Amino acid sequence: MSIARFWRETPVRYNLGGCRCPTCLTVYFPPRSVCPVCVQHRSSIGRLEPFQLSGEGEVVSYTVVHDAAEGFEMQVPYALAIVKTREGPQLTAPVVDIDPSEVRIGLKVRATFRKLREEGKAGVIHYGYKFAPMDDVHRPPERPTQSETAPSTAPTAVASESRA
Amino acid sequence: MRDVAILGIGQTRFGELWDRSFREIGIEAGFQALVDARLSSQDLGALYLGNMASGSLIAQEHIAPLILDYAGLAGHHFGAIRVEGGGASGALALHEGWLAVASGAHDFVVVGGAEKLTDVPDTEANRVASGTADHEWEAVFGATLPALWALVARRHMHEYGTTREDLARVAVHAHEMGAKNPNAHYRNRLSLEAVLGASPVAEPLGMLDCAPLSDGAAAIVLGPLERARKFTDTPIRLAASQVACDTMALHHRRDMTTLDSTVVAAKRAFAQARRTAADVRVAEIHDAYTISALVALEDLGFVDKGRAGPEFASGAFGPTGKLTVNTSGGLKAQGRPFGAVGVAQVVEIVRQLRGEAGDRQVSGAELGLAHDVGGTGATSVVHLMERVN
Amino acid sequence: MPLYRITPAEIGRVWGTDGAAMGAALGVRRKSVPAPDEDTITISTEALRTALIRGKIDPQEIGALYVGSESHPYAVKPTASVVAQAVGATPNLTASDFEFACKAGTAAIQTCLGLVGAEMVRYGVAIGSDTSQGAPGDALEYSASAGGAAFVIGRERVIAKIRHTLSYTTDTPDFWRREGQRYPSHGGRFTGEPAYFRHVTECAQRLMERAGTNPKSYAHVVFHQPNGKFPQRVGRMLGFTEAQMRYGLVTPQIGNTYSGAALIGLANVLDVAKAGEQVLMVGYGSGAGSDAFDIEVTDEINRFDRSYGTPVQQFLDGGVEIPYAVYAKFRGKIRMGGES
Repeated sequence: MSIARFWRETPVRYNLGGCRCPTCLTVYFPPRSVCPVCVQHRSSIGRLEPFQLSGEGEVVSYTVVHDAAEGFEMQVPYALAIVKTREGPQLTAPVVDIDPSEVRIGLKVRATFRKLREEGKAGVIHYGYKFAPMDDVHRPPERPTQSETAPSTAPTAVASESRA
Repeated sequence: MRDVAILGIGQTRFGELWDRSFREIGIEAGFQALVDARLSSQDLGALYLGNMASGSLIAQEHIAPLILDYAGLAGHHFGAIRVEGGGASGALALHEGWLAVASGAHDFVVVGGAEKLTDVPDTEANRVASGTADHEWEAVFGATLPALWALVARRHMHEYGTTREDLARVAVHAHEMGAKNPNAHYRNRLSLEAVLGASPVAEPLGMLDCAPLSDGAAAIVLGPLERARKFTDTPIRLAASQVACDTMALHHRRDMTTLDSTVVAAKRAFAQARRTAADVRVAEIHDAYTISALVALEDLGFVDKGRAGPEFASGAFGPTGKLTVNTSGGLKAQGRPFGAVGVAQVVEIVRQLRGEAGDRQVSGAELGLAHDVGGTGATSVVHLMERVN
Repeated sequence: MPLYRITPAEIGRVWGTDGAAMGAALGVRRKSVPAPDEDTITISTEALRTALIRGKIDPQEIGALYVGSESHPYAVKPTASVVAQAVGATPNLTASDFEFACKAGTAAIQTCLGLVGAEMVRYGVAIGSDTSQGAPGDALEYSASAGGAAFVIGRERVIAKIRHTLSYTTDTPDFWRREGQRYPSHGGRFTGEPAYFRHVTECAQRLMERAGTNPKSYAHVVFHQPNGKFPQRVGRMLGFTEAQMRYGLVTPQIGNTYSGAALIGLANVLDVAKAGEQVLMVGYGSGAGSDAFDIEVTDEINRFDRSYGTPVQQFLDGGVEIPYAVYAKFRGKIRMGGES
């Protein structure tokens, strides 16, 4: 994968920066330029706002991969899951720091920062989110979700990109 | 729109065709179809070639004129168009061919499907296949195509109680049928125990739940139904051709265990043909992974959601069932040369409707269905074929 | 701190030596092992994310971010910029990587103190983190481990006030890794007396002299801890008791996390410290230098959210032990197909 192709997604892959439709308030990950709900009346085009996901979620399906995807050969067998995030969007990512055989539907998880793959021994290293089992010490004491605060003031990487 | 008939069919053997090149297999299937249709090449209006990934697999883009050229037809200067839709490329090409003839834009067209997978290592072929899902948000995070279908399987087991054995029976059936198909990649029978005991690929799917990487090509000649008798004694009407799409990534689907693209394509196809699922006697369905077939049976309307496992176990879709699926051996046993699959499925249905399917002929086949899927269901294509009496 | 652990006995089993005895001699019971998808960048990021949530700090207020490590994933290309991006601190900050063997993290703290003290930045971040490697079969392999700690340095809501800091630096070649070499080399027993012990004791004594303190002034003491034995011995040499060293000593359970070692010890101390307690931390980096810090825990610690994030003690007690073969795979010690 080319360097630029990965680099341009880093705010999204590093920080789970999604977006939200200002009209219907649906949250999307990864960010979209058009809201699939509001697309009929075109009101959302170009107006979706950055929206930070909390990184908390729940496994809705999982598999233990033995025949690895490119770049994951050293991690076989690894658990791969579809995670439903607290804010709604679903995404696909590995679940780490757990015996793969212990992953279950309903497992509560939190995002963690890991290497995704390397462009060979001499190339760049790509980083991004994976998920780890949620434990008591990572349950933040009632952090308000962004929908309860003003999105424009939230200290998110996506926001900082747009300010830059 | 006018009625379209299938006038000729052709297919190479599927499998590891080490001594044959992409162009050779493409041409072989095409000429078989032309000969079968008793059609002269100068009558042709266009070639539609379904192919998933020639650029990645054989470093050759622009393959439709390549096949045309090496078929000796470049001098006719008719149009040759490559069609791509992941694993559904072949079926999509057929849809394009059907549109061209039905609309009157062309009278006679060749629809081909071809893929050469063994010119790259398996790991490379699998990597290319994973590109039919969402590369940026699935493959980059460690998802392979079988892993994504395993996610479907796990959820299906969770919601409906589908068992590992339910999945395995699909592979056993496929090899039972493939054993009778001289073109099949695999002609060996499989025991349930063998499937269950195979090494895991992406749990719950094992090696024998997954279709192989095959080379192969298939071709069909289409023409207007009203002129069909001139070219064939057994014209088959292409009664419906429908394409439907859905989100690229599995995790964005409305329901992880339902391919809405298949549901919609099937509904439209049955409406187009003024038929129902109960009328179908023989069907070629997408069984790239065993779970794919169970989900397809549900989404095509052959069985209620969640019931495919037990119904399959009861033999409802076997050689003596109310509906017999994948007499060719399916993708699992006949093979999976991506772009050729959708065309080969229709070729098999035509054989069944003509009564030319040999040992695997089902009795009373009058209406047949072909169902092809790209990726995890971002594209589904459904075709209905019927015998013309 | 990575999840995985390996024991000296397991390492010794592979090399035909009495690993258990080696571990006992080093005072190391287990060492941490990073998973194949972990490195200094991911460990640093995870540590800093926890620190920012605990401290309720807006990452956009970070004006400087330094990562000290001897195992930066790139020889050229900063660790710090990735970490800054991953915590949402970009683009208005200065960022750089530090390297001074095992004391790059404490050097980063001192740099942040300067910037914060000069009011050039509101918050400075100092991270010490490593995924260090010892050559297979070498004595270092029994202790070299992985982990990291992140500290936010500022003037507001200070939970631990750094009252004095002092460094002691000489050119002493006790341990090094040449450019392009995969594993470090070391001077064997030369790493002890003229290197670790001389620098740590000199630095600690000079700091106490400047601060007007003595060993009895401190509730806790943290030394750089390349193994379990050196810090205990240097502590006794300086006049500290086992009780003072208890929380600052983490290497016996997780191995030597290099740039992370003293900082993880300090994090463990701050996990349990009470307001008003004084802490002495003395880092050490080969080559060689020591950074000493006289720290006072403030009342603010009572308002600080120590409940979020994994406490250091849980890292010390937890983990999943793996056999040497898996360790070798995880650490890239197996030559794979397609490698030159």
